[in-house]
Amino acid sequence: MCLAIPAEIISIEGDNAQVSVGGVKKEVSLALVSDVNVGDYVLLHVGYALNKIDAEEAEKTLQLFNEMSLLNIQPGEGV
Amino acid sequence: MKYVDEFRDQQHACAIAKAITQEARSEHHYRLMEFCGGHTHAIFRYGVQDLMPPNVEFVHGPGCPVCVLPIARLDQAMQMVEQHQLILCSYGDMLRVPGGKRRSLLQAKADGADIRMIYSTQDALTCARDNPRQQVVFFAIGFETTTPPTAVAIKQAEAEGLTNFSVLCNHVLTPAALGAILNADEPLNIDAFLGPSHVSTIIGSKPYEQFAEKYQKPIVIAGFEPLDVMQSALMAIRLLNEGRSVVENEYTRAVTPEGNIKAQALMNEVFETRESFEWRGLGFIPESALQIKQEFSQFDAEKRFAVETQAVMDNKACECPAILRGQKKPMDCKLFGTVCTPENPMGSCMVSSEGACAAYWSYGRFRVVA
Repeated sequence: MCLAIPAEIISIEGDNAQVSVGGVKKEVSLALVSDVNVGDYVLLHVGYALNKIDAEEAEKTLQLFNEMSLLNIQPGEGV
Repeated sequence: MKYVDEFRDQQHACAIAKAITQEARSEHHYRLMEFCGGHTHAIFRYGVQDLMPPNVEFVHGPGCPVCVLPIARLDQAMQMVEQHQLILCSYGDMLRVPGGKRRSLLQAKADGADIRMIYSTQDALTCARDNPRQQVVFFAIGFETTTPPTAVAIKQAEAEGLTNFSVLCNHVLTPAALGAILNADEPLNIDAFLGPSHVSTIIGSKPYEQFAEKYQKPIVIAGFEPLDVMQSALMAIRLLNEGRSVVENEYTRAVTPEGNIKAQALMNEVFETRESFEWRGLGFIPESALQIKQEFSQFDAEKRFAVETQAVMDNKACECPAILRGQKKPMDCKLFGTVCTPENPMGSCMVSSEGACAAYWSYGRFRVVA
């Protein structure tokens, strides 16, 4: 029920925005967020943007995964 | 899809699994309760449990709003639409859940009731605008994730002067449920919690701190993708190894300590806490749900369209109360997979695909002999 999916903001008109969810366009409400811009990613839930996704924090988490993966691969070992 | 595919990467999953195996101490058995149905779903769908060493076990929590809604509240919606001849708008999740006489909203619709499946509260408002001669009731369910959109709709209806729109409010509060599990009479057999992801985007990570401290259980806010769940499990194991009962946040790309202040303000403006609310499987929990404030009472369907409902008991053999508290597994229940299946759910954990029993059944995990 609480599922929310990342959506990219394509255009903004007042309290509404056109977003792209993996290429599928959709009209959503921005009533719950402030300070979002075209190109930002938001979490989309029941037609509303819940929050902006923090690109920097996402990168940090992925960096952590990358480091763990590098440690995990021994020389000469496949994945 | 950006922010999805990267968090399902197999190579990374293997690396995290290896770290967990290395760091989980063999003399300790780690029982981690994932709070949300979204976590449960990810664990089963991606086989996360199979990547864990034998001494790391996921226990499935009560965080599925469809599962925990009492049958009496569903009956209330059904009687409202039938007795008052109105239009009921509902999220799709609720439509197949059997009510008191094993009758679902879909069956009521087939019998002629005007029940419409909607995706967003905006659709319910559109329905009210398009049908000015009819009353439109929005059947609102969900945790803090789903509550702010309901608040927006009520505010919008007020601003537009929509007199034929109201809300049957069943919104529930996550910290109260966590408190009820931690405060149970029987000893709690859970070492740490994986905390809600999207609920926390709204309420932030701060509200969990009191529980971590009072009950001495680490809580790690965890995203819903499989790598998020695994990384959070690793963080929880580290906290347990270090003996630190604090709140940590794995889902930093979406959750801050304070949460979404704008959404919180909207919720506080429109809703207030109920004295007590019944949770299916957990019983009555004080201050665990929201009701519409007096000043918005013209949008409160409960006040506008009175119906009489009777308390409905779940099947006595149903083990959902113990399963929701992490004391039993679905296979411990006599009803599981016999009379109780996703097509004919008897208890709360089977009614939604996010429930523990439905997940065990759908992904065939019950066939695995431990």
